[in-house]
Amino acid sequence: MVEGVLGDARLWHIVGLSLAVSLSAVTLATVFAMPLGAVIAVTRFPGRQALIVALNALMGLPPVVVGLLIYLLLSRAGPLGDLGLLFTPQAMVIAQTVLVLPIIAALTRQAVEDAWREYEEQLRSLGVEGPSAALTVLWDIRFSLLTAVLAGLGRASAEVGAVMIVGGNIDGVTRVMTTTIALETSKGDLPLALGLGLVLIAIVLALNAGAYLVKEVAQRRFG
Amino acid sequence: MEGVSFSAGGRTIIDRVSLDIEAGPSTILLGANGAGKSVLMRLMHGLLQPTAGEVHWRTAGARGHQAMVFQRPVMLRRSALANVAYALESAGVPQAGSIGLEALREVGLAHVAQRPARVLSGGEQQRLALARAWALHPEILFLDEPTANLDPAATREIEKIIQAFDAAGTKIVMSTHSLGQARRLGDEVIFLHQGRVAERAPIDRFFPLPASPEAAAFVKGELPWV
Repeated sequence: MVEGVLGDARLWHIVGLSLAVSLSAVTLATVFAMPLGAVIAVTRFPGRQALIVALNALMGLPPVVVGLLIYLLLSRAGPLGDLGLLFTPQAMVIAQTVLVLPIIAALTRQAVEDAWREYEEQLRSLGVEGPSAALTVLWDIRFSLLTAVLAGLGRASAEVGAVMIVGGNIDGVTRVMTTTIALETSKGDLPLALGLGLVLIAIVLALNAGAYLVKEVAQRRFG
Repeated sequence: MEGVSFSAGGRTIIDRVSLDIEAGPSTILLGANGAGKSVLMRLMHGLLQPTAGEVHWRTAGARGHQAMVFQRPVMLRRSALANVAYALESAGVPQAGSIGLEALREVGLAHVAQRPARVLSGGEQQRLALARAWALHPEILFLDEPTANLDPAATREIEKIIQAFDAAGTKIVMSTHSLGQARRLGDEVIFLHQGRVAERAPIDRFFPLPASPEAAAFVKGELPWV
């Protein structure tokens, strides 16, 4: 049904772009967010509590607002306008990275802090403190942190506001599943919108199932 | 230690304790729950900073030559051997792998070197914790109720290992609830009562003739469970 209206090639381009943008954004965000969250968890510095509150609040950052801010940054007249990124998949990756980073950082911070209660004395006794302690704990609870990554992925793959604004929903260039669903719904093509919605849900489900399996196997193996 | 105090949340846990811990005899910290044994040991080890007073080390650099084994062993999610190697690498010791294996052999865990540390039994994990501490070749080894969670057989294993470390010249400072264990492993007793040192005596004097009334009551009260 979905293929019938859009055609195979176009459908797979949309699905592929959605996955590419969201997975890139989550990967990029993870690289920065996890060390950040872990360091906040194991170190004490002035303003730490305010930072934690801010980070937690940023988890609820509205996608359209992020989209607007990135739009302003990347637009021709904006500070990064010369890069010519607006209305490209790269711009969508940037917007989703900004959106997802606080989620992964905040959840990582909480997970590492909980684990730190158990590890702190032992690691300090071994003379391990600061960033190296943060990395040790991060690596040790890596399978639990899959949940933080999945939360970020859920946010990235589900949002429409940010990619719509910075991507522009250009057919064949920046059109992804969520923007297509929004567009087709407004055009009144509900079956197509619904079909795409089901594809999106199936993909998210498959990714989560895979992650869950990895976590289960790892926990049985490493305790 | 000179006039060391430690308080938290408005409560004084360690109250002006002055102690001289010298190399050689094994020191046992005795006292009821809440007497401050664990806190005193953490102050000595440097995990806690005293709110008053000072902890000095007689030889320069001795600060690094100490290790601690906790009541509940904390193992990283990696193999037994990797746990020991991690401690060695953190201390900047080269050839962590072979020294680590040697330490595992010492505590009879060489056969589980490649097993994930967290799936080992409680007794094995505590032996692994001892191996991890031992691999660092500390001059002084702190043990905070190392057998509190273990069954009698595992406790015997742990005690044997501690005796071997003692024989090898490592200074042992251990807290325990078990008077029997104190007698088996200790040379001298430091008895804590409400954050103060109530008594310090050689082991063969302390048990028959505790000088302080608190220690006398403790020894008497505990005897049925030895």
